Amino acid sequence: MAQVRFSNIGKTYPNGFEALKPTDFEIQQGEFAVLVGPSGCGKSTLLRMVAGLEEITSGELSIAGRIVNAIDPADRDIAMVFQNYALYPHMSVRKNIGYGLKNRGLPKTEIARKVDEAAALLNLGDHLDSKPSQLSGGQRQRVAMGRAIVRDPALFLFDEPLSNLDAKLRHQMRIEIKALQRRLGVTSVYVTHDQVEAMTMADRIIVMNAGRIEQIGTPAEVYHEPASTFVASFMGAPPMNLMRTRAEAGQLHLNGGALCETEHEGEVVVGVRPEDFLPDPDGAISMQVDIVEELGGHRLLHGQIGDDTVTVHVSNEFAAETGPLDLSVKPGAVCVFDAEEGHRI
Amino acid sequence: MRKPKLSTVTDHAVLIAGSLFMMLPLLMILQMTTIPDTEIIQTGPTLQIGDQFDDNLEKAMLQASGFSGENTGMSMLKNSFILGIGFAVGKIVIGMTAAYAIVYFRLRFATLAFWLIFTTLLLPLEVRILPSYEVVQRLGMLNTYQGLIIPLIASATATFFFRQFFRSVPEELVEAARIDGAGPVKFFVDILVPLSKTMIAAMFIIMFVYGWNQYLWPTMITTDEDMYTLVRGIKQIVQVLEGAVVPEFGRSNMLAVVAVIPPVLVVVFFQSWFVKGLTESDK
Ligand SMILES: Nc1ncnc2c1ncn2[C@@H]1O[C@H](COP(=O)(O)OP(=O)(O)OP(=O)(O)O)[C@@H](O)[C@H]1O
Ligand SMILES: [Mg+2]
Repeated sequence: MAQVRFSNIGKTYPNGFEALKPTDFEIQQGEFAVLVGPSGCGKSTLLRMVAGLEEITSGELSIAGRIVNAIDPADRDIAMVFQNYALYPHMSVRKNIGYGLKNRGLPKTEIARKVDEAAALLNLGDHLDSKPSQLSGGQRQRVAMGRAIVRDPALFLFDEPLSNLDAKLRHQMRIEIKALQRRLGVTSVYVTHDQVEAMTMADRIIVMNAGRIEQIGTPAEVYHEPASTFVASFMGAPPMNLMRTRAEAGQLHLNGGALCETEHEGEVVVGVRPEDFLPDPDGAISMQVDIVEELGGHRLLHGQIGDDTVTVHVSNEFAAETGPLDLSVKPGAVCVFDAEEGHRI
Repeated sequence: MRKPKLSTVTDHAVLIAGSLFMMLPLLMILQMTTIPDTEIIQTGPTLQIGDQFDDNLEKAMLQASGFSGENTGMSMLKNSFILGIGFAVGKIVIGMTAAYAIVYFRLRFATLAFWLIFTTLLLPLEVRILPSYEVVQRLGMLNTYQGLIIPLIASATATFFFRQFFRSVPEELVEAARIDGAGPVKFFVDILVPLSKTMIAAMFIIMFVYGWNQYLWPTMITTDEDMYTLVRGIKQIVQVLEGAVVPEFGRSNMLAVVAVIPPVLVVVFFQSWFVKGLTESDK
């Protein structure tokens, strides 16, 4: 069942800026959808439209089968976690978590029970009477989560909730949030500009660029079959190698060497993931290695194929050194994109 | 021991000289409350402490002067408190609600309204005192506390300070509250007012002292002696008696001391809040 349905949803700000081009898609019940894209691409705008904090200027949005365009945020049955947590600084953790319930007129005992339940789930039991300013970043993050889950909403919305945390804590919270979402089974939309976060957490990734949705798919689909050169270069670290070349007589060539067969003709862009290049003495593609980056478990070779800068991922068993290197490509690993428009062909 | 720096010494010297300069008149008044009125006439303030303090205190606080016998020091003190507190609370309530409307509601002319309010800073009470008096008089509010307080409480200053403060409250907090189902009134009462606590305290101090020290307006509005505030009552005491009779200097000096104490206490007790309110906030 579709929990959130976007029908032709678009957003034009009052100053005339079109932040979101009309878009159609659905998010399924229980799904963890991650919106990812570079800064300013309209992720927050989209999320805030779902929350009801930003007016929807075109199209229809439905949550749990109900059209919510004109419904107040409080009545949309959603909960939101903000980037800077937005905890009420003068309220204790207990009050922070319970405030939404109090406003909905729940009896005191019921609120207390639900708050305790949420606090236990989030390991906040010892801090219920602290003020937010007395908590660490990770704990504040949990309080913000608590405020969301205590309401038992139809939909969770997260706007870059982890970007204020240090790398280690971010990693840990990533897993916690995902586990919690699995456990509660609540449909979630999660905004991030961090593609690693997107890959690791998402059931489905929605890649956005400049107010447009470039691709919607599982992490594997987005990674291995990017819909455009934008997605190819945005997802994955290091990103997919993109090289301009020509297809002639059913054959793609790269720097003089045959790459693979193709049915396209003419100018194209080919994309190959760094790990899909294999060092191969008989390989047809020759690369000039400039820098070897040692990463312990593996190595990254940075260099040139013809005029294109490329990165190649090799295992740490491969004795890499700078200089010429012959490569082949894993069968079926080549993506071909339109040279002008950048979409996959 | 480390030798104190020359600049430290001069800094302190300047500060000490400044405080002595400020304290001196107060100390003189305090000295004069302890000596008989005749001595004040003859010698003025001296270094000698007399024995009239208790007498003067009793006279000032409990005995009435004037005709009706209503304006004892106690009643004047009460009136001053009513004016000071009413003035401060009124200004804060009006200022906060006006700022709330301007900052949080999409009013068509919010900015214009704000600047209109702001320009009233150029029109203090003294400039519009006659029309204000006429309005109060027509409303029959002469010699009432309402007449004393209400015309004074519209405040550009408080509105301005609260507006700046509200604008610095993070947008996300407002949005989180909206999602949590807090309507405009709940948001104001549950979130904004507690957040503004230190700001309110700071405003209260400033406005209380300001209201307490009002002279011109109470002089115009209150003619009944039982409505007199301290600040205007003091003047009255020195004024009533003329000719051969010695003015009651002891008494008026005592009232002056009494009039200084509450503002000082308010500032002393709330000064940490005061500084906090004007410089930081725990958002
Ligand atoms: N109130 C507004 N009026 C006009 N334009 C706006 C407004 N809010 C945002 N925009 C524009 O809309 C675009 C999308 O903004 P949005 O905040 O959704 O970006 P984002 O993808 O969340 O970026 P980030 O990763 O930096 O948070 C930006 O180009 C921004 O300048
Ligand atoms: Mg954003």
